[in-house]
Amino acid sequence: MTNDEIRDFLQQAIDENRVMLFMKGTPNQPQCGFSARASGALNALGVQYAALDILPDPRIREELSGLSGWPTIPQLYVDKELVGGSDIIIEMFESGELAGLLGVEQPEEVEAEPQPEPAQRPIGLENRLD
Amino acid sequence: MPTPAELQERIQAALPGALVTVDDLTGGGDHFRAEIVSDRFEGLSRIQQHKLVYDVFGGDIGGAIHALSIKTSTPGATTQ
Repeated sequence: MTNDEIRDFLQQAIDENRVMLFMKGTPNQPQCGFSARASGALNALGVQYAALDILPDPRIREELSGLSGWPTIPQLYVDKELVGGSDIIIEMFESGELAGLLGVEQPEEVEAEPQPEPAQRPIGLENRLD
Repeated sequence: MPTPAELQERIQAALPGALVTVDDLTGGGDHFRAEIVSDRFEGLSRIQQHKLVYDVFGGDIGGAIHALSIKTSTPGATTQ
């Protein structure tokens, strides 16, 4: 898979999924605390979202940051727009803004603890890299 | 290895007049948290505010600086 193909794949994921989270690991098994908090916030809101693990190939992260101009992981896109990284996701979760943006009710217990139930299966890029 | 003081200086140099606090979260010199109050953030979205700070460090983010947690606000606002 060439870098251009990876970038096209990432763009397609952003275009086709209203709520798209790029993270290290998966919602079930996040590989970084920041990614765990981000997916935990989405899980707590009970929204459907797609998640893509950037770890299988270093080029995924390079191409993603090239697309977004955002240097760190996780990155959350809603309606094809970059919402932010983990700090912004958590701030917006705690303030209720994220629930508003996603059109869901703010849960009463506001804790961004990772929960092991992804709303949707993670998107796999691994088997396309060879 | 970058130190909190070094990060603080670099942010302050790029955003003159900003109030900057930087903590080393793990003591390992690679996970930092920065709180920045600057009037340069006025009228900018959160994304744009955080990008301004990330831009100070360019390729060091994800490299020498493994993680930089950012909280930005303007002098007029307590939260943003």
